[in-house]
Amino acid sequence: MSRLALALSALVAVLFAASLTTGPSDTSALSDLSALILGGDGPLPLVMREIRLPRALLGLMIGASLGLAGAAMQGYLRNPLAEPGLIGVSGSAALGAVIAIHTGLAAAFTLGLPLAALAGAGTGVLLVLMLAGPRGASITLILAGIAISALAAALTSLVLNLSPNPYAASEIVFWMMGSLADRSMTHVWLALPLMVVGWVGLATLGRGLDALTLGEDAAEAMGIRLTRLRLTLVIGTACVVGAATAVAGAIGFVGLVVPHLLRPLVGARPSRLLWASALGGAAMVLAADLAVRLVLPERDLKLGVLTALVGAPLFLHLIYKTRAEMA
Amino acid sequence: MALAFAGAVTAAGADPAPRRVVSINLCTDQLAMMLAAPGQLISVSDLAADPHSSAMADAARGYPVNQGRAEEVYLLAPDLVVAGAYTDPATIGMLRRVGLRVEQFDTAKSLEDTRARIAQMARVLGREDEGAALIARFDASLAALEAEAGPRPRAALYHPNGYTLGGGTLADDILRAAGFRNLATELGHRGGGTLPLEQLVMAAPDLLISAAPLPGASRSEAVLGHPALDALRKGRAGLRITSPDWICGTPHVLNAVERLTDARRAMPEGGQ
Repeated sequence: MSRLALALSALVAVLFAASLTTGPSDTSALSDLSALILGGDGPLPLVMREIRLPRALLGLMIGASLGLAGAAMQGYLRNPLAEPGLIGVSGSAALGAVIAIHTGLAAAFTLGLPLAALAGAGTGVLLVLMLAGPRGASITLILAGIAISALAAALTSLVLNLSPNPYAASEIVFWMMGSLADRSMTHVWLALPLMVVGWVGLATLGRGLDALTLGEDAAEAMGIRLTRLRLTLVIGTACVVGAATAVAGAIGFVGLVVPHLLRPLVGARPSRLLWASALGGAAMVLAADLAVRLVLPERDLKLGVLTALVGAPLFLHLIYKTRAEMA
Repeated sequence: MALAFAGAVTAAGADPAPRRVVSINLCTDQLAMMLAAPGQLISVSDLAADPHSSAMADAARGYPVNQGRAEEVYLLAPDLVVAGAYTDPATIGMLRRVGLRVEQFDTAKSLEDTRARIAQMARVLGREDEGAALIARFDASLAALEAEAGPRPRAALYHPNGYTLGGGTLADDILRAAGFRNLATELGHRGGGTLPLEQLVMAAPDLLISAAPLPGASRSEAVLGHPALDALRKGRAGLRITSPDWICGTPHVLNAVERLTDARRAMPEGGQ
């Protein structure tokens, strides 16, 4: 367990440093880092502190959030298909964020944007849990997810199409696919408070989720209060997914791929999968964000495109396996 | 000579001077408003009346507007439709299928192209004399603006979503005529493209040109308020231009050249 933690932490650290030292300008990694830490003359310290640092930090924070949320939802529903992006939570968060921007709420009140995304994400999680039922049967979970995703996407497009601003409609892609391009420290500070609340909440779920693997009755017999666990899960997921989506759009499949890869390495224990998935999610989003900058630097390729290319085949594989179980 | 003769025959044979002209493109709207005889132009596109896009929004209010849909254009019973080269091909195809004459205008990529667009519009409207006079005025004004030599400071166009315009664009030629070098062109950009914020900050241009904010909020425009850009503006001259003059190859591009020239003259040490 500690070996895995060490390996994942080292991977995240390397990717974080790579993210800081990757950019369109030709500067050495050493001068990048010294400009970041020591400052100095010329434009490089500005580039490092205002452009690259927030991007790397957001990749770390958002990846950890999505990995953690995926692991927590899968632990609670005991279903490997429960992923915030796939079941419509990210989409609902994007709808909340878009409404906040286009009604002026985001401009009128500093935390308006992330709180509106939180409200959207919270509505999404609640709807999914209500529709899928406590056991999270695959078929109802996926159907509920499809319905919520489709509705949220349609309403997001509607709000953007109704905007008097001609650029708004072209932003549909950002909200559906996500990007970290040109984010600033402002976005870091907007997202961080809610994320911390969510991280703390979800981190406390470990024991309850472990107990749940034995079934609900057994868990209650072990003193787990299921209503409270459920409430913490809803609030925690809404906080992290809402804050992540508010600043970077909806990035799918991170919460699906990472727990799936790490589950065998933690002995399938949900409590250990939580922190492992947080580290793994951070690594995945940092890697994806590096790839979009190296593969097509001029095009602002969306993060969700890369995560979907990796995640969708895995999703199909999981559905195939689930089908065999249901038969 | 033979070509000119053939053109004259076609014009005389098919349609000596159209009497009901409908324009469905922002740039053809403006050229047609400048050159058409009274009553000849019966409708312009809705964008022509939008002050954020059109350099002639006031003039356009005197015309009925259309949304450029084939059905409404057909019902206006035009004998000539003028459109852009990139107008929706489905619309153009539909208009031609129902027997309307459609003339398409290529996008102007330089000030020289602008003269060609004026001439083309004058030709299809049968207003060659007015066209020649407009081109003569355009040439005279441009010559007066371009005459000056001196240091050439570096300017960067930075629009919402980090969009910039490099070599082979009308904006690049406007910058050149006003005595600026274009940062995007120097970085190897041809046509429109994205300029990474980081590259812009590292290059520290002498003048930063961005579009005026549009109504309603958008993420795309939010990048123009990025803290790194604010820091750049603090040390340099930042300029918010009203973009309509830059969009179309019409004599209004000279207003853009003139405003830029003024900005250059106002720069400390000639911008260097």
